[in-house]
Amino acid sequence: MEALYDQNQADVNEAKSEGRAELIPSIKVRHCCLLRDQRCVTAYLYDRLLRIRALRWEYGSVLPANVRFHMCAEENFRMTIVVLSQLQWFSQYKKSLASFMRSLGGGEGLDITQDMKPPKSLYIEVRCLKDHGEFEIDDGTVILLKKNSQVVLGVAWDILSCVCVMSVSLCPQHFLPRWKCEQLIRQGVLEHVVS
Amino acid sequence: MSDVLSDAGSDSNHDDSQEDVMTPAELIAKLEEAWLNEKFSPELLENKSEVVECVMEQLTHMEANLQRVKKGDAKASVHRMEIDRIRFVLSSYLRSRLQKIEKFFPHVLEREKSRGEGEPSLLSPEEFAFAKEYLANTETYLKAVALKRMPPNLQTVDMLKAVPEPCLDSFVFLRVKERQENILVEPETDDQREYVVDLEEGSQHLMRYRTIAPLVSSGAVQLI
Repeated sequence: MEALYDQNQADVNEAKSEGRAELIPSIKVRHCCLLRDQRCVTAYLYDRLLRIRALRWEYGSVLPANVRFHMCAEENFRMTIVVLSQLQWFSQYKKSLASFMRSLGGGEGLDITQDMKPPKSLYIEVRCLKDHGEFEIDDGTVILLKKNSQVVLGVAWDILSCVCVMSVSLCPQHFLPRWKCEQLIRQGVLEHVVS
Repeated sequence: MSDVLSDAGSDSNHDDSQEDVMTPAELIAKLEEAWLNEKFSPELLENKSEVVECVMEQLTHMEANLQRVKKGDAKASVHRMEIDRIRFVLSSYLRSRLQKIEKFFPHVLEREKSRGEGEPSLLSPEEFAFAKEYLANTETYLKAVALKRMPPNLQTVDMLKAVPEPCLDSFVFLRVKERQENILVEPETDDQREYVVDLEEGSQHLMRYRTIAPLVSSGAVQLI
């Protein structure tokens, strides 16, 4: 782009000072090329931004390590400014989104990155894919999420609870409140078991 | 649903941001209408922040009531599902709006700046702040990464031209709530002529959004 611009500038100066009007078409052509190049570059960068925005909605405010790696790894040393600007845009976007969500409903706040799908059932069955440690749900029950564990826990209906307690050792399956699991499912810690 | 909400809502009927007090069932119906309209309309619609606030208050009351209920009571699950559903509708509504704001940010900001004094606001104050921050953030990024290094006469990008406008000619499904007469339908192509239709109450149509946009804002039709 610089080369095109320099050539154009030289021609513009010449056209102005010496009145060589036949240079004007070539100036116009170069200008169009410059505008097109600007559009292409801007479009590419904006598209990247949209993908980075999608990451916030997909993964939450803290990006998993492999995603961050992909954001930075492909850039070589000369492109560091791009990487830094991307990360800066991401963190600024996170902040804007967070302050918007906090201000909803007159200061109450509502996390709109949750509840992405209409709720079908109160509790869902999940399998643990990674060790995540202890997990506390609303009624105070603490669950230990270990890799490949499927332990029957809380159930929606009281009458079934005795059956489920019995089957803890047999075919353990986590039955957790859906709204608590959503975030963990998106992060890849739990897996929804559809039977 | 109204009886599930009524014991939660009976002590919270102070929706006094409007002249007539709404029952919780009416409030949720309004939320669902706003949600469907926002989902299916190609452009950002008027903001309904009073509905959002009332619904959030309602949710807080319902959650509080739920805490008081004896654990293991069957009704608690039904209430819990109801809360989840309402929260989903509310989140989905706010998400649609935010997505449209992000997609059309320069146009949205321009419309908001140039609206008249008496006209209803397109964006809530929080949404306006979000849109401005988004614009500033994106401009900073583009400048830092590319525009600074371009030739001097190309260092700015006119966002209004660069970002596409919402397509108001896209077709939408609608249901008519109030009978409308003499709606003018503009021709799409040169060999068509404009014609006039009457919209009967309860009928469903597929039309270009541009033709019925004012009816959506006035509440005479519902997008489906």
